[in-house]
Formats: sequence, C-alpha cells, structure tokens
Amino acid sequence: MSQQVNVSKPGAPVTKTATQAAEHKGGLPQLNADDFAPQLVWLALTFGALYWIMARIALPRIADVLEKRRDHIASDIDAAHKFKQKSEEAEASYKASLADAKTKAHTIAQETRDELNAKTDAKRADVDSQINAKLIDAEKRIKTAKKSALKEINVIATTTTKDIVEHLIGNKTSDKDLANALKSIAAG
Amino acid sequence: MATAQGNDGAMMPNPMHQFEIQRYIPWEIGGVDVSFTNSSLFMVLAVVVTSTFLIFTMRGHQLVPGRLQSISELLYEFVRNMVRDSTGPKGEKYFPFIFSLFIFVLVINMLGMLPLGHYSFTPTSQIIVTFALAALIFVGVTLIGFWKHGIGYLKLFAPSGVPWYMLPIIIPIEIISYLTRPISLSVRLFANMMVGHTLLKVLGGFAGALGVAGIGPLLLMVPFTGLEILVAFLQAFVFAVLTSIYLNDALNMHDH
Repeated sequence: MSQQVNVSKPGAPVTKTATQAAEHKGGLPQLNADDFAPQLVWLALTFGALYWIMARIALPRIADVLEKRRDHIASDIDAAHKFKQKSEEAEASYKASLADAKTKAHTIAQETRDELNAKTDAKRADVDSQINAKLIDAEKRIKTAKKSALKEINVIATTTTKDIVEHLIGNKTSDKDLANALKSIAAG
Repeated sequence: MATAQGNDGAMMPNPMHQFEIQRYIPWEIGGVDVSFTNSSLFMVLAVVVTSTFLIFTMRGHQLVPGRLQSISELLYEFVRNMVRDSTGPKGEKYFPFIFSLFIFVLVINMLGMLPLGHYSFTPTSQIIVTFALAALIFVGVTLIGFWKHGIGYLKLFAPSGVPWYMLPIIIPIEIISYLTRPISLSVRLFANMMVGHTLLKVLGGFAGALGVAGIGPLLLMVPFTGLEILVAFLQAFVFAVLTSIYLNDALNMHDH
C-alpha cells in the first residue's frame, strides 16, 4: 500500500492520492500545502451556498412562523384581557344591582314596619280615647250617684230622726229645729 | 487506499490518517486544484443536511410546532438571542451570517462524529478550513469597523479611561490581541476537533489491537464520545460567540 511517490513531482498535483499525502512524515497531514487549494475552493462554494440558502430561504421562513405565532399569542392575550375586563364589568354591575336590591328590600321592610307601627299606634290611640271617654262617663255617673245618694241620706236621716224623736219624746218637732240640730251635729 | 496505513507493522491504525485529504474526483481548473475531496464531501453534506433539515421541518408553518420544527426554531432563537445580546440592534443584519457560521461548524463537527470507518472526516479539524473562516471573519469585521467609524476605529486600541502614561503599554497589547484573533479563533476550533478525534482513534486502535482486553479502552471510549459531542457543540458555539463579540467591537466600539 505504501508506495513511495515523490510528492513534489511537478505537473501532476491533481492525480495525487491520500497515500502521497501520508508521506509527510513528521508533520501533521493538515499542514500539507497541496491540500489547501481544493479545501479553500470547496469551503467558499459550500459556505457561500449555505449562507445564501440560510439568508434567503431557511431563516426568513422560521422568522415568519415565529412572527405569526407571536402575533397570534399577542392577539389571544388581548382578547383574554378584553374578556377579563368584560367579566369584571359584569361582576361590578352584578354587585351594584345586588346592593341596589338590598337597599330596596331594606326600604320596603322599613316602610312596611313604619306603616304597621303607625296603624297600631292609631288603633291604640283610638282604643285609649274610647276607654278614656268611658272612664270619664263612668266617673260622672259615679259622682251623680254619690250626690243623689248623699241627698237621699240627708232626707232619710231627717225623716228617721223626726220619727225617732216623735217616738222617744212623743212630741212633734218642727222641721226647722230638726234641720238645725242635724246641721250642728254634722258640724260637731 | 482504503485500509489504514500500518505504522510500525502492528495492527494499530495510524490515528493521523483520518486527517488526510483523499481526492475522490481529481479536478483542475486553470492550474488550480479543485478536486472533490473527502473534505469537500463533508462540507457539501453539511450544507445539504442543514438546508434540508431547516427547510423540511418548517414546511408545515405550524403555529404549534412539532418536535422537528421545535429543533429548527430552537436553533434559530438560540443564535438570534446570542447575536442580539452581544451586538444589540445594529447586529441584526449580520445574524444570517453568524447563524450560517454556527450551523456550518456545528453540523460539520457532528458529522465528523459519525463512525464511517475510513470515510469519516471532519473539515473543521483542518487548520486551513478553520483559518479561512477566521480570516474571513477578521477581514470582514475590520472592514465593517472602518466603514462604520472611519479612522476612529483605531480608537479601539486605546480604550477610554486608561491613563495616558499606560497607553504606550496598552496600545501594543491591544493591537497584538486584535491581530491574533484569527489565529486564536482558528486554532481553538482546529485543535479541539483534532485532539478529540485523535484520542478516539487511539482508544479505538487499542480496543481493536488488545482483543478481549480491548473492552477497557472500548468502555473508556463511551464517555469520551459523549465529551466529544459536547465539545463539537461547544466549539461551534464559541466560534459564533467570539464572532459576535468581534462584530460588536466593530459596530459599537466601546460605547456599549
């Protein structure tokens, strides 16, 4: 396999083989200057092609997809924000109406209570005045009854005293004397 | 030609053999050797694989991405964020270039991990390839710097806030560090890829040569292969990040 070929043989660099390159004993194969030209040429070709493909085709496509995704996500987040705002507004209005209803219910309850109180008060006042009237009436009647009873007592006392005196003394007393005597007794 | 070259007559394949250029289609145009080599093949493969994957997975334009589309989008956003973070809005138009650079190096590094026997090849383990890329970046960044800032771009070598008496020391250091950028950029990638592949080849050689005892090196190869995949990704990332940083120097100088 290891043929001894003169590496620096002029005029035929293209026909050299790997074996010839290996003849560079004591040095790295990478330092063989004869191999530089083809590598540089192909590096320029391949890297140039790669750069062109990346810059013109591959990278714009990826950028496009990423951009679209970013836009999509941004719009989705926007929409989500809007929905959140709406739901917050709905919640606020719900709370407001709930508070409103509560105050309404409160006022209705208060009004009903006041109304009932007023009615009860009125009835009570009515009943009180009726009772008062009856009391006054009754007191009046009692007074008149007392007066008439007292008068009758006087008459009865006079007649009784007259009868007693007649019976005891057998003498008729004048009404005037009798009245005076009763008065003095009543005063004494 | 296909078999590995025996080094000392043993069964061990030469671990350096994998870095040799093999001309599949010898070709010459105007005295320039443009042969289709194994290096060319893997660079073409990288372009085909990358383009096919990125275009094929995005064909559906799905709003909710599938698994493969997610990978494409992930790669895109990963590089995009990196470029945006390091260069700001001015670097937007250079994003396709940095993305191409990243994906080119990444896919080549990954394809190099495929166990294809003696067909296996990694163009990024070739110093001329990494140096050409680094030189392209260096020249491009320098041109952008002078184009954007004119002669004022030279202020890059005299950072603001440095006392005047330090300038005689700082300026040469800045110039040297600027001029060595293409070297460090290219050698970092080249050396990482070469060392990893050489190590795997050496271990693989042991595994083959030791017979039953070869299970030891074989087991050792498992973590190293994982490490190599990590390195393949990391180096592509570092390459792209450093490019972004150099670009940022040219676009924004020190005013960020």
